[in-house]
Amino acid sequence: MTAGKTYIKSFCTIQNNQVWLNGDVVFGTESTVFSDFSKKAYQHLEINYPKFFKMDNLSKLAFLGAELLLKTENNSSEENNTALVFANKSSSLDTDVKYQNSISDPENYYPSPAVFVYTLPNICLGEISIRHQLKSENSFFIFADYNPIFMENYSNILLKTGKADKVLCGWVEYYNEDYKAFLYLVDKEGELEHNKEILKQLYNQ
Amino acid sequence: MEALKQELKGKIIEVLNLEDIAVADINDNDALFGDGLGLDSIDALELIVMLDKDYGIKLVDPKEGKVIFKSIETMAAYINENRVK
Repeated sequence: MTAGKTYIKSFCTIQNNQVWLNGDVVFGTESTVFSDFSKKAYQHLEINYPKFFKMDNLSKLAFLGAELLLKTENNSSEENNTALVFANKSSSLDTDVKYQNSISDPENYYPSPAVFVYTLPNICLGEISIRHQLKSENSFFIFADYNPIFMENYSNILLKTGKADKVLCGWVEYYNEDYKAFLYLVDKEGELEHNKEILKQLYNQ
Repeated sequence: MEALKQELKGKIIEVLNLEDIAVADINDNDALFGDGLGLDSIDALELIVMLDKDYGIKLVDPKEGKVIFKSIETMAAYINENRVK
């Protein structure tokens, strides 16, 4: 490890009905809707967490990515100080629209509590924190586009000020069946340097 | 009453997205919350909405839910007595 430098320990991408881990395809299906793809990915990854099926699509996307990167990490809640720094473009708009549709007709006004609880983007961070017993820093930002410069700076500050031992960063965008997740784990040790050029390169792979 | 119980089991699985549970897995007297089906507080709210939407029953006192939603048996009995649709 070089003093002051941080590293990308692992990374994954989920898009176009495929799951990539550290540059390799680990799962893929024929063209299908996200609900079907995410269910098949859940089964393929042998996850046993029934609450997954109650989540909205944004949380499912973030959850699957986090599962890939955190399942081999230390799961002891006392030692696991992994911060979460996520961002996207559409916030929770996909679920917001579904909720709005459920309350737009005064004659058929049945607001769903289970949908309502997902009308904030940072709920996905709560789902990941519950799953991996994280009591760490977490933030969800909304940007017009993928923003590796901000993500690099923010996660480095968390690591260098001792707020976190590792940082799971993620771009998790979902709106109307159009989705992409790019997650990566930043650590103080590793081989792949953590900088904006590498982040751009990995995002566009 | 038996048909209503079967209907309720199917609705609960569908409405609460209980992906890994089948109608046959739910016994009439199984606890719906806690150690039984493991439903949570948001699920309880969804069940209250379901009573209103599908059976025209409005629960004005949420505390009633604790008794009504104890099991499929208690839910079916309550719906049978109070339904308006």
